[in-house]
Amino acid sequence: MIPAQFDYVVPASLAEAAALLAERPDEAKILAGGHSLIPAMKLRLAQPQLLIDISRLKDLAYIREEGGQLRIGAMTTHYALESSARLREICPLLPACAATIGDVQVRNCGTIGGSLAHADPAADWPAAILALDAELVATSANGERTIRATDFFVDMLTTALEPGEILREIRVPLAQARAQQAYLKLPHPASGFAVVGVAVNLTQQNNTCASIAVGLTSVAAKAFRAGGVEQALVGRALDEQTIAAAAAHATDSVELNEDLFASADYRRHLAQVYTRRAITAAAG
Amino acid sequence: MSPKYVGQRVKRTEDPRLIKGLAHYVDDVRLPDTLHVAFVRSVYAHARLVNVDASEARKAPGVVAVYTGRDVAERVGPVPCAGNLPDLKVPDHRVLAQDKVYFVGHPIAAVVATDSYAARDAVDLVVVDYDELPVVVDALAAAEGGGTMIHEQFGSNVAYKLTAGEGDIEAALAGADHVIRQRIVNQRLAPVAMEPRGVLARYYPGEEELTVWSSTQIPHLLRTQLALMIGIPENKLRVITPEVGGGFGSKLNVYAEEALLGWISMQLGKPAKWIETRRENMQATIHGRDQNGEIEIGCQHDGTLTGLRYNVVADLGAYHQLLTPAIPTLTGLMLSGCYKIPAIQINVTGVFTNKMATDAYRGAGRPEATYVVERALDLVAAELGLDPVEVRRRNFPKPDEFPFKTATGLFYDSGDYEAALDKALANADYTKLRAEQKQARAQGRLIGIGVSTYVEICALGPSQAMPAGGWESATVRIEPTGKVTVLTGASPHGQGQETSFAQLAADELGVDLNDVTVIHGDTSIVQYGIGTFGSRATAVGGTAVYIAIEKLKEKASKIAAHLLGTDAASVFFADGKFTRAGERKSAAAAAGADPGEVPPPILPAGQDPAGALPEPDADGKRVTLQDVALAAHLAKDLPPDMEPGLSATYFFEPKNFTFPFGTHICVVELDRETGDIKFLRYVAVDDCGKVINPLLVEGQVHGGIVQALGQALYETVVYDEQGQLITGTLMDYAVPRAHMLPWFELDRTETPSPVNPLGVKGVGEAGTIGATPAIVSAVVDALAPFGVRHLDMPIKPEMVWRIVNA
Amino acid sequence: MKREININVNGTQHKHAVEPRLLLVHYLRDVLGLTGTHVGCETSLCGACTVNVDGRAVKSCTMFAVQADGASVTTIEGMARDGALHPVQQGFWECHGLQCGYCTPGMIMTAAQLLERNPKPTHEEIRHGLEGNLCRCTGYQHIVEAVAYAAKKQ
Repeated sequence: MIPAQFDYVVPASLAEAAALLAERPDEAKILAGGHSLIPAMKLRLAQPQLLIDISRLKDLAYIREEGGQLRIGAMTTHYALESSARLREICPLLPACAATIGDVQVRNCGTIGGSLAHADPAADWPAAILALDAELVATSANGERTIRATDFFVDMLTTALEPGEILREIRVPLAQARAQQAYLKLPHPASGFAVVGVAVNLTQQNNTCASIAVGLTSVAAKAFRAGGVEQALVGRALDEQTIAAAAAHATDSVELNEDLFASADYRRHLAQVYTRRAITAAAG
Repeated sequence: MSPKYVGQRVKRTEDPRLIKGLAHYVDDVRLPDTLHVAFVRSVYAHARLVNVDASEARKAPGVVAVYTGRDVAERVGPVPCAGNLPDLKVPDHRVLAQDKVYFVGHPIAAVVATDSYAARDAVDLVVVDYDELPVVVDALAAAEGGGTMIHEQFGSNVAYKLTAGEGDIEAALAGADHVIRQRIVNQRLAPVAMEPRGVLARYYPGEEELTVWSSTQIPHLLRTQLALMIGIPENKLRVITPEVGGGFGSKLNVYAEEALLGWISMQLGKPAKWIETRRENMQATIHGRDQNGEIEIGCQHDGTLTGLRYNVVADLGAYHQLLTPAIPTLTGLMLSGCYKIPAIQINVTGVFTNKMATDAYRGAGRPEATYVVERALDLVAAELGLDPVEVRRRNFPKPDEFPFKTATGLFYDSGDYEAALDKALANADYTKLRAEQKQARAQGRLIGIGVSTYVEICALGPSQAMPAGGWESATVRIEPTGKVTVLTGASPHGQGQETSFAQLAADELGVDLNDVTVIHGDTSIVQYGIGTFGSRATAVGGTAVYIAIEKLKEKASKIAAHLLGTDAASVFFADGKFTRAGERKSAAAAAGADPGEVPPPILPAGQDPAGALPEPDADGKRVTLQDVALAAHLAKDLPPDMEPGLSATYFFEPKNFTFPFGTHICVVELDRETGDIKFLRYVAVDDCGKVINPLLVEGQVHGGIVQALGQALYETVVYDEQGQLITGTLMDYAVPRAHMLPWFELDRTETPSPVNPLGVKGVGEAGTIGATPAIVSAVVDALAPFGVRHLDMPIKPEMVWRIVNA
Repeated sequence: MKREININVNGTQHKHAVEPRLLLVHYLRDVLGLTGTHVGCETSLCGACTVNVDGRAVKSCTMFAVQADGASVTTIEGMARDGALHPVQQGFWECHGLQCGYCTPGMIMTAAQLLERNPKPTHEEIRHGLEGNLCRCTGYQHIVEAVAYAAKKQ
C-alpha cells in the first residue's frame, strides 16, 4: 500500500521534462494520470527514484483538428475523450473506447498518453489506436519523432519509445469518407481490464468495404492489427457470412494469452466472436 | 396496542455518523505517540526458516523494534482453536513463525516504527533465508496420507475424521430404486470485508491495563482469549470494537496479530497499531468453504428420498483458527435440508494443506450443506424426469410435523416450506416461465430456471452445542432523566441492531426511538456477551433485550404502584405510563384505542430532575416511566427493601436453534457463442419468522444473495502448485459489482419461531445459503439440452462455451 | 525530500510539507485527520477512498498529495452543508443504502459525481456509474435506490 521513496519534480515544460528524463533515464519515470504507475508503486512492483509529473502541463491536454488530423495531447484524460461531443461526431471509436476503461474515477485521472506508454497488454487504447492507424509523437532531449501505431507496441509493457522519450501527442488521420467504427470489449470481472477488446474502423463505398482496420487487445502479449481479417473484407460486401468468415482470422499467427479467466482456446474464440460482432456493429 | 416501531421500515439510527464520514473504525482511532507495525510474511508456502536477519531493519530510520518468532516464542501463547472434536490434531500455532513457515502470508517478523511508511520500508530490510520444502496443496491427496508432512509430529496431514448422522444409510441406499452419485465442490472463498482487519493496542503501565481496539465480531471472547495468550488478567484487559467495516465471519476469530499488538504495546509502553493491507487480507485472514465431496442420494421412483451420504474432504489450511475444524460439522447438521430424509451420513476428513486456514465465512458450513442437498434434489429430478419443484414438494415435512426431527439430530422449530415455495412460484409465474423456456429452447436460446428451497440454522445457539456459550446478554437501564440505555453483548457490525434493538425497547417502554441508545462492543461498558455471528444477534441478543425489559418493567411497576399508593398487580403499563387498575379503561383509550377521546392531561415530568420527587398527576392515577426512573434513582420514596436504580440484566439461553427457510428462483440466459451468463429474473421468498425491521431484512437478503452469486459465478481463491496465492488482490479475485447483478424481487412469508418470545429466526446468512444453488441450478438447467446435470463453481463463461461447443 | 503543498479541503486552506510519496488518502486521514475517507484495497479497485478533486471523483489512494497541490478537495466530511445532508447522503439514509458503512463515503462521493453529469440516470446507468466502488454488504440494490432517490430529490 505504501510506495518506496522517490523524488518528485514538476517540470515547467515538456522540454524540461525531457531534459530531466535524459539525465536519469533508468531511475526516472514520467507520471501522467498515474493510474498504471501508482498502483504498481503501491505494490512496490515499480520503485522509480524520480517522478517527473507532466500531468500539470495543461498544454498537453487537448483535442483538436489540424492538418487533416485529429490531434490529441498525451495528457488528455479518458473522460475528456469519452465526453467529447465533437469526437462522437468525427471519431466515435475514441469515446466508445474511453467509456469502457476502468471506472469513472479511473477515467477522470487516467490519460491516453499514460496508458499507451505503459502498454499494458490488456489496456483498451492500443486496440483503438491501431484501428485508427494513428501516429504517436515522441519528444526527447534530442528532438521529436513520429511512430506509427503499428510500430509502437513492441511487447508486454514495452513500446517503441526509447529511454528518454516522452509520448507527447496522438495523431489520428481524419478519413475523407465517414468512418464507421466500434469498440467491443469483454471486461474481466475483477480487474475491469479487457479479456478481449476489438476496435474496428472501416469505410464503405457502393456497399462494399473500402477500407478496414481491426485492432485487438488483451489477446496476446501486445495489441495488434488483425491483418487477415482486414484482407478478407476489403472490396467485399459486409454481409453476415463474409464478416464471420473474415473474423475467423482474428488471431492468425498470434500466440494467445492465457489466464484464470480464459484459456488460449477460449480467448481465440472470443477474439473471433468479438471481432465479428464489432465489425457488424460498425458496419450496421 | 399495536407496536409503533417494531415491524416498521425504520431508518437506521447508526446511519448519520456513517454517511457524514464521522464514524470511527479502528484506523480512525488516533492516539498520540502511536507506533505502527508492519509484518514480514512468508513468500513461500512451505519452507524451513534458516535465518531471519533483522539487523538492518532495526537500524532503519524510525524503526523502534523488530520482533521475530524467536523473540516471542514462549512469551505469547498460541492462537486458540475452539473446535473440540475427538482425536483432533491441533498444531502449536504461534503468533509468529518459529522454525517453519506453512503458508504464503505466514507472519515471520513484526516491524515496529514511528510511522506506517517507515515500518513498511523496514519490512524490505529484513532478510529471511528460506529452505524450501515440498508443498501440500491438493486436499484430496493429503487425505490419502503419505507424501510431505506439514506437521511432522502427527505423521499425517489428516487433522481429523468424523462420522455423523442417523438412520441405516447402507440399507437406505441399498433399498432405493435409484442411487445417484455426484462429486460436489464448494470452492475456497475469501470473505473480503471492505474494511480489512486492524488492531490498536494501548498499554497503561501505571494502571497495568491494556486496551485493544480490534475490528472483531466477538469483543468479549477475544478479551478472554487475548488475556490467556498475552498473560494479562482478563479484568485488566479491555477490548473495544469501534465501527467494524463488515465481517462475514472473517472477524469471528482470534488472530495472531491481535495478541501480538497487545504484547508489543506492553513491551514498548506506547500505543501500537496495525492495519491490514488488502494483500494481507487475502493471504492471512481466514478463507471460507473449500469442501470437496461426493454425494450419494437414494430415492424411490416417485421421488421420495431414502437416504443421503456425503463423503467430504475439508481443506483446513495449515493451522486451525478459532472454528476451523468445526465448520464441516455444521455442514453435517444441515444435510437434511428442508426434506424428510430417513437416513443421513456425513464422513468428514479434515486435512492440513499449505494454505491459509478456512473458517466461518457467511453461512459457515450451511451454504455447503444447502448446496449439496439442493444439487442432489435437482439430480433426483433429472434422473426421474420430474420437475425439480415437484421433487421438493414431495419431500417437505408438512407444517403440522413441526418440531420436525431430522436424521442429523436437529429439531426444526417451525416451518411452512410449501407456502414459501408457492409464493415464490406465483411471484415468478413459474408455469409461464417454463412455457417460455420451452419456446426459447425451440428457437435455440439457452434459458435456465433454477429453484432452491432451503432451510438454515440460525440463532446460534444452545450453549450445549456451542464451543464457548451460545447465550446472549443485555442490560436495559432507564437513566434518571428517563433516557433508555441498552447494552447488548451482541456486537453488530453493519446489521443495524442499534436501530432494531431501539425499536424493540422503544415499543416495550413506550418511549421515542430517539430516546433509546444501544451500546455494544466495549468490554468495559457492556456485560459479558458472545458476539454477532451465526444469524444470532436478533434472535438471541434481541430476546435478551426483550426479557431484560420485561424484568425492568416488573420493578418499575412496583415503584409505580408505590407512588400511586396501590400494589403492583393493580398497575397497568401502556404507552410509557403506569396507570392504576381502576383507570385501565381510560388508559387504553389514551393509548389510542378510541381516537375520539382526549387523553387526560399528564404533568410534564423530568423537567427538574435535581429537584423534588416527581409528583404523580393531580388525581394520583398515573405516573410516567420517567417519573419512576427518577424516583428509582433519587431513592427517597421507594417500596421497603427495594433496591435503588432502574436497570435489569438478562442472559438469554436459547433452548433451540431457529430454522429460517425460503425459496429462491433464478432465471438466466446463456450466450451460446461466448458462454456469457445473463440474469433475467431473481425472485426470492424468505421466511425469517417475525420481522422487526423489514428494511434491514431486505438489506441482509440482498447482500447475502450477492455473496452467493459471487460464489456461483465469480469468486475463487486459487493457489498454484507451489502454494502461491494467484488471487492475491482484487485484480484477480472478483467481488461482484453493481453492474453484474439482477434486480432482486423479494417477498416474505412469516412463520414465527416458538424458540423465543419475539418469534424471530434470523436472516443474516439466508441469502448466501439459499441463493447459490438456485443460480447454479439455473445455469445447469439452461444446459440440460446438452446432457448437463451438474457444474462446478464458479461457473465461468468458458465452461459454458465448452459445453455448448463440444 | 519534503515538498510544500497548498490544498483547499472542504473550504479550508491547508499548507504542509510532505514526502512526495505520501498518498492523498493518507494526507487527508493522517495529516488533516479527516478519517471519513477509507482505504479498502491496494489496487485502486474498491473506490472506498473516493474524494472530489477539482470537480472530479478521484481515488485518493491513486494520487500523491503533491499532485493535489493547489487543488480544491471535497471529502465526505464536506458534503453536508450548514447541517443539511447532501441529497445523496439523504438517499443513502432513506433507502438503507449502507450496512457496515465502510464503502459508503466513497459511494456517496462517486454517486454525487454521477448525478452532476447525469441528473436523471436510469438504474442501469447508476449501476455502471458505480463500477469503481465495491460494497460487500448491501448487494447494491438499496444503493441504486438511494441514488435514484437523490436524483429525484435534487
